[in-house]
Amino acid sequence: MDTTALLLADGRFPSGGHAHSAGLEAAVAAGQVNGLPELETFLRGRLATAGRVAAAFAAATRRVAADEPEPAATVTLLDEELDARTASPALRRASRRQGRALLRAGRATWPAPLLNRVPAHPDGYHHPVALGLTAAAAGLSPADAALIGAYGVLTGPASAAVRLLGLDPYGTQALLARLAGACDAVARAAVADAALPPADLPAHTAPLADIHAENHATWEVRLFAS
Amino acid sequence: MRPETPHDETVPHSHPDPSVDPHAPLADGGRALRVGIGGPVGSGKTALVAALCRALGDELRLAVVTNDIYTTEDADFLKRNGVLAPERIRAVETGCCPHTAIRDDISANLDAIEDLEDALGPLDLMLVESGGDNLTATFSKGLIDYQIFVVDVAGGDKVPRKGGPGVTTADLLVINKTDLAPMVGADLSVMDRDARARRGTLPTIFLSIAEDRQAQPVADWIRHLVGHRRPGQVTVG
Repeated sequence: MDTTALLLADGRFPSGGHAHSAGLEAAVAAGQVNGLPELETFLRGRLATAGRVAAAFAAATRRVAADEPEPAATVTLLDEELDARTASPALRRASRRQGRALLRAGRATWPAPLLNRVPAHPDGYHHPVALGLTAAAAGLSPADAALIGAYGVLTGPASAAVRLLGLDPYGTQALLARLAGACDAVARAAVADAALPPADLPAHTAPLADIHAENHATWEVRLFAS
Repeated sequence: MRPETPHDETVPHSHPDPSVDPHAPLADGGRALRVGIGGPVGSGKTALVAALCRALGDELRLAVVTNDIYTTEDADFLKRNGVLAPERIRAVETGCCPHTAIRDDISANLDAIEDLEDALGPLDLMLVESGGDNLTATFSKGLIDYQIFVVDVAGGDKVPRKGGPGVTTADLLVINKTDLAPMVGADLSVMDRDARARRGTLPTIFLSIAEDRQAQPVADWIRHLVGHRRPGQVTVG
């Protein structure tokens, strides 16, 4: 992990994440997250499902994009495999919107020719695929891509929780610090998975998160895009 | 996504003079002029956008991006009022941070602008309305070409004196709701004096959108900018 990796991991990297709560807004409205204890449960659940999948697909995409001379077909397949793992249309849209924004920022920050070997996706690639592509352009490793993916799955909703619930920011950071070991473990598992065929990559899902996302998309008044 | 721009490593890429716009002049057929409209909650940003749509909708190819704190309220207002066809309006959601979406992380707004241009073809003018925020909110130069800051008389005649980046640096300051001045005890001459002191030669327009439903002085300011970019196509106001 070096300065380049820190730049990409930073919540201030301008890739549109601030507008998304990763399901937290819906969980708050459903009364399931009111404070730090429930936030910890929520984040552990995210890490074990979305985090596990995002980290593995980011690492796998990084491996293919930087290490294979003709990555286009496999990157497209990885993107389709994420569609298959994302039952909720609202979550698919949210993932592609964030992927599109991330790749825009990634291209502007690290304009590497290897990105031209992958066709543009009209709706944007899924966020973990865009993360793997950006990591490849930045010269980062699959391990970096996996760790940044898992880290983002935690820090995105944690930041949203501070804004939505007015949580103590120190308490929230202490919670993230307690989750660091679990986050590292998810990233290590993702690196071990990165060379698997796309269809065999992790497919952990959370049905309640899918249902929440579909409900959230119908709200008339909401603060976050997802 | 935009195609990657070819980058020649041998050309030094620096902007020695920060006051000079580093962007090349736009060729005819280039992207629309982008005008950001910001200002505090309730000052009349959406009303100004609606007025500009009434004034300019028939003469310019125009689209609007709104940034709401909550969901799509401002976009819905514009659609309900029928000032612009619904397909010309996009709403961006900002996750509690309206200033972030127009300044620090402009990606969702750029996506919305590109989607509008893809769907509608070439446009002359793109209005980007910020969510209601505070006196410190300003637009990134990566998002817009010019910005209008809207404050209102009812917010107190001290607002221009308080300054802040919006009041001080916006390309145009609009002081709205002049019709309310007698009712709230606001002194327009004080606001004018303070605005001049803060803004130097930058223009300020006093306006009552409730009375001037097409915000004519602001529409003329925009006509001038668009005409400057597209000589011969638009009558300069």
